[in-house]
Amino acid sequence: MSFTGVLRPGHCAIRVMEMGPALTHYIERLGMLKTGEDAEGRVYLKGWDEHDAFSIVLREADSPGLDYLGFKVLSNQDLDRLELALREHGCAVERIPAGELKGCGHRVRFQIPTGHTLELYAEKDYVGTLTGNQNPHPWPEGLKGMKVCRFDHCLLYGPNLADTADLFVNVLGFSLSERVVTPDAQMIGAFFTCSNKAHDIAFIEHAEPGKLHHASFLLNTWEEVLNAADLMSMHDIPIDIGPTRHGITRGRTIYFFDPSGNRNEVFCGDYTWYPDREPITWETEQLGRAIFYHDRKLNENFLGVVT
Amino acid sequence: MSGEFNITLADSGACFPCKQDQNVLAAMEKLGRRGIPVGCRGGGCGICRVQVVAGAGYRTQKMSRAQVSEADLAAGICLACKLIPEGDLTLRVLGLFRRDCD
Ligand code: FES
Ligand SMILES: [Fe+2]
Repeated sequence: MSFTGVLRPGHCAIRVMEMGPALTHYIERLGMLKTGEDAEGRVYLKGWDEHDAFSIVLREADSPGLDYLGFKVLSNQDLDRLELALREHGCAVERIPAGELKGCGHRVRFQIPTGHTLELYAEKDYVGTLTGNQNPHPWPEGLKGMKVCRFDHCLLYGPNLADTADLFVNVLGFSLSERVVTPDAQMIGAFFTCSNKAHDIAFIEHAEPGKLHHASFLLNTWEEVLNAADLMSMHDIPIDIGPTRHGITRGRTIYFFDPSGNRNEVFCGDYTWYPDREPITWETEQLGRAIFYHDRKLNENFLGVVT
Repeated sequence: MSGEFNITLADSGACFPCKQDQNVLAAMEKLGRRGIPVGCRGGGCGICRVQVVAGAGYRTQKMSRAQVSEADLAAGICLACKLIPEGDLTLRVLGLFRRDCD
C-alpha cells in the first residue's frame, strides 16, 4: 500500500505532576532525546529513530493524563480534505495555529466520542537522526537507558466506542485490525491501524471519558524488552505487568508507570498489516489470553488503572 | 522518635510497619502484604485512596488533583502511595473514586 492520508501517531502530549522526575524517566530511563522546550515550560522529546522534531510533549499540571494525541498526515491537501470530512461528520473542529507547538505546522484539533482530543497536522520540523541519512550507521552511540526507537501508539479508555470506530474507519481512513466482542456482539475493544503496523491507536470501552491507559514505545527485540525490565528494577520503576506476550497484536511487551502514574509500554514485534486483511476477533471469554497470552487470566489492575 | 510506624487498616485490622520516609503503599508491598489496592504507585490513578481515621501525624507528596480534592485532603483522604507517616496511623481503604459518568 502506498501511504496516503493519515501516516502515524506523531505526537502525544502528556501531563505530568512534576517535570524533574518526568524528565529523568523519559530521558535517562526510556532514552528519549530532548529536542526543545518552550516559554510555557513544555518539554519536547523524540526517540532516536524519529526524524521529526518531537513525538512526546510533557506539560506540568496538577493531574496526570493525556492532553491530546496528534496524527501526522502526508500533505496539506490531505489535512484540508480530512478537516472538511470531520466537519461534515459533525465533529467540533478547531484550528491551532502553526508554532503553538514549537516546530509544528497548523493543527486540526477535534474531539472524538470517547472524550479524547485528537489532532491532525501535515508539517513538523525535520531534524533527522544522529546517524544521518548519508551512509548511516545502524544506530547512534551514547543512547541512554532503554533506548526506545520511537513513540508508537496509545491505548485510550472512554465511552461510545462504536461511534469512535465509525469516525476512525469512515472519516479518517483507518482499518480495524483487531476487536474484542461480547457474546451479544458488542464491541468493547478496538484496534485501528493507518499503516503497516498491527495498531496505531486502540480503544477500550469505559464509562469515564478521556482516559489514558498507556503510551507505547518501540524496541527492536525481545532481548531489549528484557533489558528494559532490568533497568526498571535497577531504578525502582513500578512495573505493572511483564515481560510477556499479548495475544492481541502479538506484541512482546512490558508495562510500567512514569513518576506521575501514567502507564507506559515498551514492546517489540507485531505483524505486518495490509488493508486487504480481515480483522481479527477476540471473544470476551478468551480475553485473558487475548491480553496476556501466558497468564491467560484477567488482570484487574491492568484493566482498571488509568490516568 | 522511632524510625518505624504501625499502619493499621481499620476494616480488616491488618497491621504492618512503615519506615519513616517510606510511603504506606510501598511499605505494604515490600512486605508482600495486601489490603490497599495497588496501581500506578505515582499518585495518578487513585486506586489506592485511603482515609486517615486516626493517627499521630502524616504528610503527603504531590497527588493528582483529579483524585484528591482540597476537601478530600481536609477530610484526611489521600493516596497511600503518596502518604508518609509521622506516627502510627489507622486507615480506611476507599479505593478508586467512582465519578458520575453514565
Ligand atoms: S497507586 Fe495509583 S494513585 Fe496510588
Ligand atoms: Fe500497547
